[in-house]
Amino acid sequence: LTLSSEIATTTRASLKWDYAQSRESTDIVGIEDRYGLFINGEFVKPKSRRYFPTINPATEEALAEVAEAGEADVDLAVSAARHAYQEVWGPMPGATRAKYLYRMARMVQERSRELAVLETLDGGKPIKEARDVDLPLVAAHFFYYAGWADKLEYAFPGIKPKPLGVAGQVIPWNFPMLMLSWKVAPALAAGNTVVLKPAETTPLTALIFGEIATEAGLPPGVLNIITGAGATGASLVTQGDVDKVAFTGSTAVGKLIQQQLAGTSKKLTLELGGKAAQVIFDDAPLDQAVEGVINGIFFNQGHVCCAGSRLLVQENIHDRFVDKLKRRLATLRVGDPMDKNTDVGAINSRAQLEKINELVDSGLSGGAEMFQPDCVLPDRGFFFKPTLFTNVAQSHRIAQEEIFGPVLSILSFRTPEEAVEKANNTPYGLSAGVWTSKGSRILWMADQLKAGVVWANTYNKFDPSSPFGGYKESGFGREGGRHGLLAYLDTGEA
Amino acid sequence: VTLAPARTSILPARITTPALRSYLRSVPSVDEVGAQERVAALSTRSIKRESKRAALDLIVSMMDLTTLEGKDTAGKVAQLSAKAIRPDPLDPSIPSVAAVCVYPAMVKYAVQATEGTNVKVASVATYFPSGLVETDLKVEEAARVVKQGADEVDMVIDRGAFLSGEYFKVFDEIRRVKHAVGDAQLKVILETGELLTLDNVRQASMLAMAAGADFIKTSTGKIQPAATLPVTLVMLEAIRDFQDATGVMVGMKPAGGIRTAKDAIRYLVVLNETLGEPWMTPDWFRYGASTLLNDVLMQIRWLETGRYQSLDYFTKD
Repeated sequence: LTLSSEIATTTRASLKWDYAQSRESTDIVGIEDRYGLFINGEFVKPKSRRYFPTINPATEEALAEVAEAGEADVDLAVSAARHAYQEVWGPMPGATRAKYLYRMARMVQERSRELAVLETLDGGKPIKEARDVDLPLVAAHFFYYAGWADKLEYAFPGIKPKPLGVAGQVIPWNFPMLMLSWKVAPALAAGNTVVLKPAETTPLTALIFGEIATEAGLPPGVLNIITGAGATGASLVTQGDVDKVAFTGSTAVGKLIQQQLAGTSKKLTLELGGKAAQVIFDDAPLDQAVEGVINGIFFNQGHVCCAGSRLLVQENIHDRFVDKLKRRLATLRVGDPMDKNTDVGAINSRAQLEKINELVDSGLSGGAEMFQPDCVLPDRGFFFKPTLFTNVAQSHRIAQEEIFGPVLSILSFRTPEEAVEKANNTPYGLSAGVWTSKGSRILWMADQLKAGVVWANTYNKFDPSSPFGGYKESGFGREGGRHGLLAYLDTGEA
Repeated sequence: VTLAPARTSILPARITTPALRSYLRSVPSVDEVGAQERVAALSTRSIKRESKRAALDLIVSMMDLTTLEGKDTAGKVAQLSAKAIRPDPLDPSIPSVAAVCVYPAMVKYAVQATEGTNVKVASVATYFPSGLVETDLKVEEAARVVKQGADEVDMVIDRGAFLSGEYFKVFDEIRRVKHAVGDAQLKVILETGELLTLDNVRQASMLAMAAGADFIKTSTGKIQPAATLPVTLVMLEAIRDFQDATGVMVGMKPAGGIRTAKDAIRYLVVLNETLGEPWMTPDWFRYGASTLLNDVLMQIRWLETGRYQSLDYFTKD
């Protein structure tokens, strides 16, 4: 006896449900036509007299003009920081420093919607991410390091640490406010003063943070924010009176800085590129692994130094997993970053879009197979479709070089040993992901992988109490946690 | 009893508990934190204007308007059925709900009250909610409610048997009930609040579908927690895997605990982004709910008029 046939009969029409546009209002943000440099507690005109525009990468419209700091401006900022270090911030009790940091943390929370909108306008990331990830983490970093300011003597038993002096910090465009908090909060908590250079394409939220510092009553000169491009950054890191340099950005620039600083007494920490592997074993929670892979490579359009840009899938589940990924890719919503339902926003700049295109072309000509979902990109602005490459060989440039865009290269492996060998076969070593239900294998993999961060059955998880940093060409020094204080303290060790 | 070949194509020829155990071992595990994060992310979707109105209409049409109380009467069922046919007497543009869902003794009243309309009658059966009687009695009850006119039967699985690993017992009961109800639609209630882990939910889903479920359903509503978003996500993922393996489409019914239009829209988002358009119809997705309808009607009225009206303006049946 056989039951009735299994032909699916749909009697009522299915709804093709497309979400109506739901744009976050930009009314909350007031952008000035022109911004000066934030030096010694006030906005001043640049001695260089030069300005450059910053644009919205989703529309290519100019948002404001920003000062380009020349050498004289850098000198002025560093001397303001030196003065503040010697007269005010250095001698100040840690508990008092903490008071300012807590105050700034609360003010970031109060203005988080405004800052999130501005971050999206200037950088192109989806408002959903700026709102739910970036800004909450910014406040959390300030709160966390505020807590350390009066407890430094307990951080490293037996050692009475001292601040280093003036820190020159250069940060990238992918997480403008978050990288500011990673740099500024520990430096100030440890008793240093700061000259910070935000990225050329995303300076606006840092300048608003200058306003916040002023409103918080932070003594003049403790935090100085100078805008400009690569030349300004070079002037800052080589300025003779800077005691400590912290840089987050490309490996090429990181190497240059290390060469320039060789033979000086300056301390240096570098957080550079990555080409992280996500390793999927056949006993992994597959649907959650799909989410982890999607989050790992398409979060912030793949503009993430720890992006999981190489996927290593166990051979016996390769096809099934890739099918699941492709299906999921088709549901990503690409477009207007200000729409609250957008998953993948705008590429940060034309130059970055060109770099992504160039690397994707090299993948195609190398024989890798490309998959992109059927989505329509906006007419204006810089956008790139979420992209998968299968049939990728270790020797392909798309498996070796950091693309820093929404492009995933997929390879397969047979044994855990082969997975480790492939995952470690890269000049980088910032992060990795492991997906398996077997606890012992997670521990073994974490031990074998040469990466500063190994996530297990999750990806892109950040917490201010957890240290972050790289091996090999991904840099050195740690940010976050107790370890993050070491980058800004003299522990008396040689 | 033999099942349609498409379903059994993923099972060994001789179905035994060890065979079913190895079938369930091949079901991917579920990471609970990951599942929770996924639904939390989907819950931030911002549904506005015309897409909200379309969703609310669809939600009404997907509802199994339910009364499952010991004090139910013929009159109560007649009132509920009137509401099911015409949810808002002032607004005929609002569709009827999918079905009324009642206890077996109430089926004949529900059939009378919905006659000539497109509202279906669903009956719980198999000694709902515990299901703790001999299989023969369960099969007999399921056959009886269909004979009395039920279009759909909501059965419960034997959770005790599932948790103790007697997979054949669970499988065989579903198979026999499916046979007994014939062309009526069979919804299999997993009672996820008693299965507790998402791994169990996923395996029970795969077992129920292989055994012949037309729909899989979260809960009886008598056990807490009833429907949750992570449980629903995992069941939808199981439905997707089952379709990939067999080509057979299975429907989904979260039931219990969905009380607001906002909640219902979140379930619809999870459906839309997991299984997509083919499932966005009352043929393949249902809400089991008793108090959800009026909140949805209130939201529709608000979209139409720009005003929130008090519950006094909506009938309580």
